[in-house]
Amino acid sequence: MTTDVLHDCVLGQSHGQSVLFVPKDRYIATLRKLIDDSYTMCVDLTAVDFLTHPGRTLPEAIAQERFEIVVNLLSMRDRTRLRLRIQVSEADASIDSAFDLYPGTEAMEREVFDMFGITFNGHPDLTRILMPEDWDGHPLRKDYSQGRIPVQFKGSAS
Amino acid sequence: MSDLLSTVVSAGTFEGNQELRSRSELTAKEVMREVGAVLRMSEADVALLAEVEADPGEDQTMIINMGPQHPSTHGVLRLMLELKGETVLRCKPIIGYLHTGMEKTGESLTFMQGGTNVTRMDYASPLNNELVFSMATEKLLGIDGDIPERAVWMRMLLSEMNRMSSHLLFMASNGMDIGAVSMMLYGWREREEVLRFFQKVTGLRMNHNFIRPGGVAADLPAGWRDDVLEILEMLGPRLDEYDTLMTGQPIWRERLQGVGVITRDEAIALGATGPILRSTGLAWDLRRDMPYLNYKDVDFDVVVGSYGDAFDRYAIRLAEIRESMRIVRQILDKMPGGDYRIQNKKVTPPPRARIDESMEALIHHFKIFTEGFKVPEGEVYVAIESPRGEIGCYIASDGSATPYRMHVRAPSFVNVQALPHMMRGGLVADAVAVISSVDPVLGEVDR
Repeated sequence: MTTDVLHDCVLGQSHGQSVLFVPKDRYIATLRKLIDDSYTMCVDLTAVDFLTHPGRTLPEAIAQERFEIVVNLLSMRDRTRLRLRIQVSEADASIDSAFDLYPGTEAMEREVFDMFGITFNGHPDLTRILMPEDWDGHPLRKDYSQGRIPVQFKGSAS
Repeated sequence: MSDLLSTVVSAGTFEGNQELRSRSELTAKEVMREVGAVLRMSEADVALLAEVEADPGEDQTMIINMGPQHPSTHGVLRLMLELKGETVLRCKPIIGYLHTGMEKTGESLTFMQGGTNVTRMDYASPLNNELVFSMATEKLLGIDGDIPERAVWMRMLLSEMNRMSSHLLFMASNGMDIGAVSMMLYGWREREEVLRFFQKVTGLRMNHNFIRPGGVAADLPAGWRDDVLEILEMLGPRLDEYDTLMTGQPIWRERLQGVGVITRDEAIALGATGPILRSTGLAWDLRRDMPYLNYKDVDFDVVVGSYGDAFDRYAIRLAEIRESMRIVRQILDKMPGGDYRIQNKKVTPPPRARIDESMEALIHHFKIFTEGFKVPEGEVYVAIESPRGEIGCYIASDGSATPYRMHVRAPSFVNVQALPHMMRGGLVADAVAVISSVDPVLGEVDR
């Protein structure tokens, strides 16, 4: 993986797309700098749970954690995209909210909270968004089983 | 209320009600979000807006539910509105009624089967969903540059036809919501013609699973050119009829102009894309600005509005049908011959005739459809312009035959979050017009 540096963060390439590996504690500060670089739109914010896929390819300087927050930024001026990947540990599954900088992330952060159980500090209304509010667990975590409905075929021995 | 709370807590984890609560229970930040405040203004700017008055006390307002079974909420969108008389002060969209865990399902389907899953998200433009999923998979496989020309042009043809059918559906539902019920019938009638074409090409009216990693599922049927021309000839005069029926009509204009206004900076801050963003005057269309497929080879205009209101969004969609027709005409001229899918044995099953004569072909065919094909480790985000805005697909692969994580950035999901902002200060009756002008597809909002 060829790497570069942008705003003191490791800048990698993935299939020709720029990926910036941001440490969790510098997440908001880096976003501020990127807004000045004309990345004014936060297109997407999601997460990945790497529980069952240890040893994924990462730049050497990056220590892998269980969760990864993936933020897709768009610069309309330069017509470029930049993807941020932030490692979030299982023990401290929380990260600062980007709501103050990109108000559009409000619902996306709620979705990540709902699906992965990662809390966003400073989020105005961190409640479940897609699942019912009394739901147990966070469905997109890899240790959350998918569940099956048993199917009985007609005439088969039970 | 406290009784209710305690029963909910005992039922399992409790992480707060998904509802619009009274102001006394809220933090200032949450209220700001619900009144649709997006950008911070300086004190001087606020002073200039003399008509901004402080919100009344809670004894003068009322919180009501709109939906989830309201006919104009396009499915199961629930809005909680705080009203003072007829005026909307706060709004909170409550979603999730149609959540079926499609992203989780996507993790257990192979890349070959994934199309059947994503096509059900935005069911009004299924081919665009399939397209973005296929493009992301191809990028991971490293074959995105090797797709045969005919497949690329076929994808464009289907994508544009789908844009037409989706916008025609908008014309129908928008007309119905505003009260022009005859428009509903006309919109559905024209859309049906396009769906009939889809049925002939893909075998299904909706949920096609026709665009697949590596190309498309089958070649165009005989006589497709005549069918497309027939639709184009039929649609032109019909769109002129729409103009007569609605665009210039005083009641229609009164109903939509100045309703649900959003500015350019606010739309960008909220991440709104598609006709909402373009209605604010910003010419941003991924087909032109970050071209994919062969959009750089066709000539079309990006239609923008100037006021950012519901009427602009209506007019943009009507004009975009005409632009799509223009693109389709050019595609008819440029459609090359050749393969409709990549001749890469890894992703393409052998043709039917080979199975009868070759044991290896039979095994290969069986393996591809049962086990799928392995995709190298990596992660990729691909975005295209769907009728509703930027639809993106983020896939992380661990090197197996199923995506490790498959996330779809749904334009409706993000656009719906702009509703509190567009509703603020409007009337309840206008709320219907605003929801309609966003054109959300709830299958995609909830996934």
